[in-house]
Amino acid sequence: MAEAILRMTGIGKEFPGVRALDGVDFRLLPGEVHALMGENGAGKSTLIKVLTGVYSIDAGEIELAGTKVAFTGPLEAQKAGISTVYQEVNLCRNLSVAENVFIGREPRKFGRINWREMRRRTAELLRQLDLAIDVSKPLSHYSLAIQQMVAIARAIDIDARVLILDEPTSSLDAGEVAQLFRVMRRLKDQGIAILFVSHFLDQIYEIADRMTILRNGRLVGEYATAELPQVELVAKMIGRELAELERLDDRPPARTSDTLVEAVELGGKVAPFSLTIQEGEVVGLAGLLGSGRTEIARLLFGADHAATGTVRIGGEQVSLRTPRIAMSKGVAFCSENRREEGLVPELTVRENLILALQADRGWSRPVPRKKQDELVAKYIKALNIRPDNPEMLIRNLSGGNQQKVLLARWLILEPKLLILDEPTRGIDVGAKAEIQKLVVELSDGGMAVLFISAELDEVLRLSHKVAVLRDRRVVAELPNDDNLTTDVLMETIASGAAK
Amino acid sequence: MKRLAWPLGMLAALLLVNLIFTDHFFQIEIKDGHLYGSLIDIFRFGAPLILVALGMTLVIATSGIDLSVGSVVAISGAMACLQITSLSSQDSIGGVLGAAGIALGLAVALGVGNGFLVAVIGIQPIIATLILMVAGRGLAQLISDGQIITVNSAPYKLIGGGYWLTLPFGIIIVAVVLALTAFFTRRLALGLLIESVGGNAEASRLSGIRSRGILIVVYAFCALCAGIAGLMISSNVSSADGNNAGLWIELDAILAVVIGGTSLAGGRFSLSGTVLGALIIQTLTTTIYSIGVPPETTLLFKALVVTIVCLLQSPAFRAKVFRNRRKPAPPAVSAEEKVTVAT
Repeated sequence: MAEAILRMTGIGKEFPGVRALDGVDFRLLPGEVHALMGENGAGKSTLIKVLTGVYSIDAGEIELAGTKVAFTGPLEAQKAGISTVYQEVNLCRNLSVAENVFIGREPRKFGRINWREMRRRTAELLRQLDLAIDVSKPLSHYSLAIQQMVAIARAIDIDARVLILDEPTSSLDAGEVAQLFRVMRRLKDQGIAILFVSHFLDQIYEIADRMTILRNGRLVGEYATAELPQVELVAKMIGRELAELERLDDRPPARTSDTLVEAVELGGKVAPFSLTIQEGEVVGLAGLLGSGRTEIARLLFGADHAATGTVRIGGEQVSLRTPRIAMSKGVAFCSENRREEGLVPELTVRENLILALQADRGWSRPVPRKKQDELVAKYIKALNIRPDNPEMLIRNLSGGNQQKVLLARWLILEPKLLILDEPTRGIDVGAKAEIQKLVVELSDGGMAVLFISAELDEVLRLSHKVAVLRDRRVVAELPNDDNLTTDVLMETIASGAAK
Repeated sequence: MKRLAWPLGMLAALLLVNLIFTDHFFQIEIKDGHLYGSLIDIFRFGAPLILVALGMTLVIATSGIDLSVGSVVAISGAMACLQITSLSSQDSIGGVLGAAGIALGLAVALGVGNGFLVAVIGIQPIIATLILMVAGRGLAQLISDGQIITVNSAPYKLIGGGYWLTLPFGIIIVAVVLALTAFFTRRLALGLLIESVGGNAEASRLSGIRSRGILIVVYAFCALCAGIAGLMISSNVSSADGNNAGLWIELDAILAVVIGGTSLAGGRFSLSGTVLGALIIQTLTTTIYSIGVPPETTLLFKALVVTIVCLLQSPAFRAKVFRNRRKPAPPAVSAEEKVTVAT
């Protein structure tokens, strides 16, 4: 085995009240893809931030290629050859693609920035990632997936010996993931050590050579991927045998009950579609990234204006001009974009939790403090939100727990139709299973759920029927019977027609 | 409470400086049934600024800003004085109340206009209110016909210069407005909704908050506060000066809000912090006069003190200063130990 390029020994890091890392050892070999595994809050992000100089360490030492290092900031780590791509794209969306790639190290000529050279080199770099886009357009012009690719291009162009990819695939669709993996393999062959974090176990098993597992800030162990079965991996991550992770049974056929929502030829940013949702029914939306899944959700919630068509909710025709109107009819929408469309970061967990309820009551009828505390305690317990401190600022919670708070925000309203847009994206297996179980319970209790997810088996497991989207058009509506499998779904997405 | 520790300390320090330079600074006495003293004066002359800063706090909490408050101060004063001069008897209480009502109504209407530009049309707050900041001075001139309107009205004089129950009337007005604002924002849910809109406007909209309505109400409230301040200022001198009344008060108000701990990025706000901030600025003004800073350099002096205040409040700055002080300490100790070993 080759000598480790990176060796971290006995790393400890403490935050006020929390021991985030406790005596963690970690090593990275050149030319390997190494997965860092653990639940939300296990210490993965902290370890990465310690490694890249965002945080200082309280104990232990870091060796890079045999020399002891102590970075005081990300820039220093970058200069030493450690490049990082974060989950939430950390680029300037208002600058052009080329500017983003070369920011801070622009090619110069006679002291002035050489724009032509910058664009040429960016285009060349992106071509290595099979990406042919106009590099002079602002980054915000492109989808999240492409922005992610640009971030990676930027990271590898800075002579990286160690490349850290923190959840790079959470917003990519299958084709883009394959593209990313091709790039990762190429970089690996060049001898770069890649540290990879992902919640998608299948992806880990496809790409990672070895993995390190953390739990509650401690090291569980280091394993070769091929020698550790998935079930054992999950058990090691959460530290208990997983009764609740047993596959949920296939859903019983949709009970015939009253129609709750009836959309007829509804269209706007998507081609006009028709969709009915029964009470207590889970309707899945399947399709690639950008196929129009979110747009359908936003139309049904009144977040976007419909250009055509009508919606009836509970038999009554409704003009969904604003989210408030949709809310008054019992529709709730949990956005996929937590940071921009969900969280109010400066407010506490309690305040975020009661926000929709308070908005519904208006400013003059505050939710009594006692009632707030009751509700918050109830949902923190029911959804297992950690840490269970309602007065903590929500921005200090991990992604999975933030997601649960946002979910609770809507559950408090006891909606008739709950629209969940990628509720399990970027959160760990334990929290994911909890949310899936919750969806089943809610629908058994009579709540209709519109469930959007990029993971087809998740859609298939939870839904009574599935609407398939392609290129902003509903191409098929399939009942979830014995014939429907992920392969059939995938084929429908690919061919654009039901068999 | 911890957030208020620094502004409180700052205010205490400024007051102590005065103790050195001014005799009987902390002395409060009752003359002719009225409270007198330097501390009372700070409150009395600071009242308009506190009011304007209160309104500004809510606007800033929505991640906006209102530059037009100074102009609204001038317009409101000019309007009230114009109405009073047209009364048959300037001492009629009903007439003065009516005049004040018309002036405040106009102020609220202007505030609604600001709110409309920001919330409905979607103009950036700094631009939207800049319009009224510039045009408002013209409007004030138009109302007063380019003249300084003087009035001779005892009831009007009461608002800014009078006393009631031994207290300056202005202090009572501030107390009432502060209590009402605290009630609406903290006892009712308005404060949470404002903080939510300021913290993340899109998430708030998707949670069903009527952010447009809230923005309009907040800008209208800010203009109302400026309107009341305008009445106080013009009442105190029994005249309305469209050019100079409330000049630069928007900057003092924004400063008061920031010193009070409300971030210009919006979100969390602190009413008590703002009151402290306004008092700090007013005390500073008083101090400048009492310690005899030459009038030519008062602005420079004020800027220096404000810079120091803001630096001391910044956690980043404090961390830097304290770290630099702490760093040399450990080596000094170890050096000492070595010396002991050697001897």
